[in-house]
Amino acid sequence: MDTTARDGDFAIRVEGLHKSFGKVHALRGIDFVVPRGSVLGVLGPNGAGKTTAVRVLTTLLPPDSGRALIEGHDVVRDAAAVRRAIALAGQATAIQIELTGRENLWIMGRLHHLDRQDVRVRTAELLERFELVDAADRPAKSYSGGMKRRLDLAASLMGDPSVLFLDEPTSGLDPYGRLGMWEVIRQLAAQGTTILLTTQYLDEADELADNIIVIERGQVIAQGTSDQLKDRVGGDVLEFTVVDRALVAGAVAAVSGLTDAAPRVDPESRRIALQVGNRGSQALVEAVRRLDAARVETDGLALHRPSLDDVFLAVTGHAAESGNGTTRGRGRKPGVRPAGD
Amino acid sequence: MAAETVPQSSPSVMQLARWAVSDSLVMTRRNLLVWLRVPAYIVFTVVQPVIFVLLFRYVFGGAIQVANQGGYVNFLMPGIIGQTAAFATFATAIALAQEAKQGVIDRLRSLPMARSAVLAGRLIADGIRMLVTILVIVGVGYGVGFRFQNGAPSAIAMILLAEIFGVTICCVSAFIGLAIKDEESVQAFGLIWLFPLTFVSSAFVPIATMPSWMQAFANNQPVTLVINAMRSFALGGPQFPLFPALWESLVWLAGILIVFAPLAVRAYRRAS
Repeated sequence: MDTTARDGDFAIRVEGLHKSFGKVHALRGIDFVVPRGSVLGVLGPNGAGKTTAVRVLTTLLPPDSGRALIEGHDVVRDAAAVRRAIALAGQATAIQIELTGRENLWIMGRLHHLDRQDVRVRTAELLERFELVDAADRPAKSYSGGMKRRLDLAASLMGDPSVLFLDEPTSGLDPYGRLGMWEVIRQLAAQGTTILLTTQYLDEADELADNIIVIERGQVIAQGTSDQLKDRVGGDVLEFTVVDRALVAGAVAAVSGLTDAAPRVDPESRRIALQVGNRGSQALVEAVRRLDAARVETDGLALHRPSLDDVFLAVTGHAAESGNGTTRGRGRKPGVRPAGD
Repeated sequence: MAAETVPQSSPSVMQLARWAVSDSLVMTRRNLLVWLRVPAYIVFTVVQPVIFVLLFRYVFGGAIQVANQGGYVNFLMPGIIGQTAAFATFATAIALAQEAKQGVIDRLRSLPMARSAVLAGRLIADGIRMLVTILVIVGVGYGVGFRFQNGAPSAIAMILLAEIFGVTICCVSAFIGLAIKDEESVQAFGLIWLFPLTFVSSAFVPIATMPSWMQAFANNQPVTLVINAMRSFALGGPQFPLFPALWESLVWLAGILIVFAPLAVRAYRRAS
């Protein structure tokens, strides 16, 4: 290894990572870097290899080939140093639900080898920060889903990690719990913690991540900022239904030329869709004006943000597949993850 | 890639050893706290053996003929205590299977803690739990007429042997739990293998009453040897000679440990 390459600005550097389980190729040559202090969103359906990647990076699984460095430490040869630098959170797996929040934090603090005084100080600080002070001495099984995830995240922060791995931190949470998690993740990012976040939700990556990589079948199929990814999808989509069937052609004529894209028309449902790129609201106003001038009455005129499925459709040419078959839209419940994901 | 890396501020061997001990104690405390918080666990670990004591003392006991001093209850109690120690390891298998399946073990392995501490903390906590249960059973035994016949040091030696036996079986159960990793399967399988070993033994009846083909198994299997040695500690006398049962049982236990401790460690490394 070249000793001059200290990976100065990268908290995570991944090169040519391969991992197979028998005939299942979970990772087929993954490369990416995460600049220190930034948030990387790893987006992909169930079984894409997200969790395998996180398990390799957190020293739980040796890769078949390739290498991964966390803060300059090799995850295979210097696993102990990696473990001192990282924390893994997300699913509430660190929480012993029979024990109180405070006891759970005590355990994690001691396992991070903090002395008793530091454990006390840090516990008080994290309970405060994650709004768990009132619940601190109740068994965690009485907590809501969102509170459990926050406690889990607090537990992982006992060791003051410089790189934090969040594996689907909001899957299965209600919208309120989700917003709460987003808020604490945003705070952590603002304090300069490097975060790698896996998610099935584009809006989550959109909210939280500086950069996004899309993984499918063990390969990175797209990467960039959220805006760059959406541009690949064609940006926002303007959609409406024409009330009078006879006016469908007129409506198409009216909105043609709004953008470079041609309107897609479904004559059966009288639905018209038009990709409007990143000039969504402008296009919306212009479309309303033109349709009004053409005296076309519409129903449900709205702008749609691209979903993860749209990104998948754009970059792979097919819809995202998950363990539950094809899913669409947001806020869906994630299914049970197949083994070896 | 060149192999040399300069480890930065790597902890010393002494430091690592200190951490291994303190991490094991933290895990022990965690496991014991969980046990104390769930009344059902306490009830399960204590009430079930009490039921066995009452069942064999009062229901089956009258029909079982033994010749030793103090009658069947004295014969029975070392057997029940041995069986209780073995059955207590069921909880070890269940807990490890749950933790493996729910990702708890993965999560703990991503910490800078000693990797041995998860298994060590489990075995220590379960050993303590087992000791509490054994002491409760001894107390219940005294309530239904059991008396140690051979002095306090021998009584303590009997409890110690039961404990060594139980912790050895814990390694087998830990392996089963970590290898199967599925709570329902462990519920179904985790105890079944112990039934023939504990019942086709000298635990509850004199082996001489069994058919001869069964005696061949019963006389030579480890549970019988352990319980014979325990009975000798508890009751003494020429009827229950300590040797060679003690040596034979210790050899058996050492053999089981040599096989199953590494298997449990390997299953733990692979559990995820």
